[in-house]
Amino acid sequence: MAAVHDDHAHGHGHGHEHGHDDHAHGPPKGMMRWLTTTNHKDIGTMYLWFSFSMFIVGGLMAFGIRAELFQPGMQLMTPEFFNSLTTNHGLIMVFGAIMPAFVGFANWQVPMMIGAPDMAFARMNNWSFWLLPPAALLLVSAFFVPGGAGAGGWTFYPPLSIQMGMGMDMMIFAVHILGASSIMGSINIITTILNMRAPGMTLMKMPLFVWTWLITAYLLVLVMPVLAGTVTMLLTDRHFGTNFFNAAGGGDPIMFQHIFWFFGHPEVYIMILPAFGIISEILPTFSRKPLFGYSSMVYATASIAILSCIVWAHHMFTVGMPVTAQLFFMYATMLIAVPTGVKVFNWTATMWQGSMSFETPMLFAIGFIFLFTIGGFSGVVCAVIPVDIQVQETYYVIAHFHYVLVSGSLFALFGGVYYWLPKWTGHMYDESLGKLHFWLSMVFFNVTFFVQHFLGLAGMPRRVPDYALQFADFNMISSIGAFGFGLSQLVFLTVVVKCICGGKKAEAKPWDGATTLEWDLPSPAPYHSWVTPPVVK
Amino acid sequence: MSVAQENTVIMKKLLIFSVAMFGFGFALVPLYEKICEVAGVNNLLKADTLTENIQVDTSRWLTVELDANTRGLPWQFKPMQASVRIHPGEMVEVMYEVRNNSDREVAGQAIPSYSPQLLAQHLKKLECFCFTKQVLKPNEVRQMPVQFMIEPSLPSNVSVMTISYTFFELNSDSADTGGKAKPI
Repeated sequence: MAAVHDDHAHGHGHGHEHGHDDHAHGPPKGMMRWLTTTNHKDIGTMYLWFSFSMFIVGGLMAFGIRAELFQPGMQLMTPEFFNSLTTNHGLIMVFGAIMPAFVGFANWQVPMMIGAPDMAFARMNNWSFWLLPPAALLLVSAFFVPGGAGAGGWTFYPPLSIQMGMGMDMMIFAVHILGASSIMGSINIITTILNMRAPGMTLMKMPLFVWTWLITAYLLVLVMPVLAGTVTMLLTDRHFGTNFFNAAGGGDPIMFQHIFWFFGHPEVYIMILPAFGIISEILPTFSRKPLFGYSSMVYATASIAILSCIVWAHHMFTVGMPVTAQLFFMYATMLIAVPTGVKVFNWTATMWQGSMSFETPMLFAIGFIFLFTIGGFSGVVCAVIPVDIQVQETYYVIAHFHYVLVSGSLFALFGGVYYWLPKWTGHMYDESLGKLHFWLSMVFFNVTFFVQHFLGLAGMPRRVPDYALQFADFNMISSIGAFGFGLSQLVFLTVVVKCICGGKKAEAKPWDGATTLEWDLPSPAPYHSWVTPPVVK
Repeated sequence: MSVAQENTVIMKKLLIFSVAMFGFGFALVPLYEKICEVAGVNNLLKADTLTENIQVDTSRWLTVELDANTRGLPWQFKPMQASVRIHPGEMVEVMYEVRNNSDREVAGQAIPSYSPQLLAQHLKKLECFCFTKQVLKPNEVRQMPVQFMIEPSLPSNVSVMTISYTFFELNSDSADTGGKAKPI
């Protein structure tokens, strides 16, 4: 995608309303810069650091979980606290780490990749970020209120969620705030992509990362309000005498699961579609070939998004449903494997006969394809009703969704960070440390989660702090892997901090195979980029 | 129209859409009930009607165990007999007794539960105290009937089954169990 542009940031007509008051000078100094900024790059940076700190918090909770499960018996904590840890580990990783990280990527990359000067609503952008820290504070401080933090699982299932103490209310409010933030972020991203593309950048010329985010943002405005409605119903059941889910008053706890998963399943794809986008940027660059089957990638992404809205009940095959309904949800779920397969084959074909090189982003991308596919396959296994009845609520499910969320979403995020760090910081990261981070993550991830497949098939239930003796060996292996995986992330932190502080100067286009617009900007990307939009041919 | 104005138009549309989806979340509640009604699931609190003439299968005996529980209300609740032996297709009536041990008026609702699960499809109840709420005056004792029939279509490998009822308290603050939850 060649672009003609003028990267002289100041000489332009007054065609753009946003960023109009500060384009002639750099950012203000100190704390106020970050509190008041409306610059998409600053906000993107804040999103990324926020999500990294939440990743550490959620990771520490995982440390607690795996430490308790290191040996059978109760060693370190009360069962209630263990339940709080599993609940909040899930909630924080989903809403605090993975989702804000992708929004951070969207903030940094979407305007640069479509040739826009900033996000469409710069002030709202600031606000959607600053809603996150209070929500995180609510989630974490719930551990210190009487009764402890919510402990009924991240899915808020009643009756537990209508019985617990005020920790549950804090969890509900946190989800309200996070939902509002996500909706605002999505509206911003959709508007930016639809209305602020550079001249000549038609929809079908957009980089795939932008496409996947456009579709993700639509999914977010579709289902986030439904989640807000669901937790509002929980709240009124708890405090205002309604009986939506309270069986005692004629409500139906199973209905909660239906409404929750109407949100929850598209949410799964909200966390993976932008990852698909990042991988689709990295692979062509390091294979030095255009992405194989661009338009089929776009259609596959859209199909996955649409299908994701009609498969929710596969999370609840065991609640008692008519067989017809079960069959519908089983076949619809299996159907998702088709567009996902299209993507995996396209990625493989992109690498085929390419002039490949294996820098850290590419390693993470290949690791992603390899491990995400394993997670996808175990997903198809879980879609088969009789098998699902067997593995429901066991460690098999834990293994499945960590293969798609950790080695899927998280690996794509790591890959994306390494890929764009030179553009963000203006320095090259330490390649050998980056590779070390990849290999440590790759090995320890599999040590942690592969054995959980066996535990699940053998019947070890999830969300239980103790287990029968026959599970002891695999649990110890898994715990060792988890400690290793957690510590490996310190390498990542080191690489990023080193890269921000200095390092080899990055060229405008440090990857010779890169083709998207952001590489036409100098490195580091100027505070205001594409003030004069490039013309895409 | 300038870019900023167009942006505002898009934002307004998306905001309206988000608000509509918030409403849709609540609309799922009646929709869910309607679907359950149409699909014939979850009609635990309604009397069944017998449309066809069902023959009693005297060659087969079924044991129906009766179970009674209370949850959070000061009642004593028990079946008058622990179990009944019946034929499929036979209409039977069993009695339960409930006693209000407190000196206040308490309203309760019984929720049925069946084991094995597939019994639900073959159990036809013509009368049950669970179809309405029960209000007991202080220290009142009440005997309540359940009239039911188990269809001969019940799979032949099932011979023992359980019908269980749990009484829940019904009053304005019964839903507010949040404040009462104690850390263990």
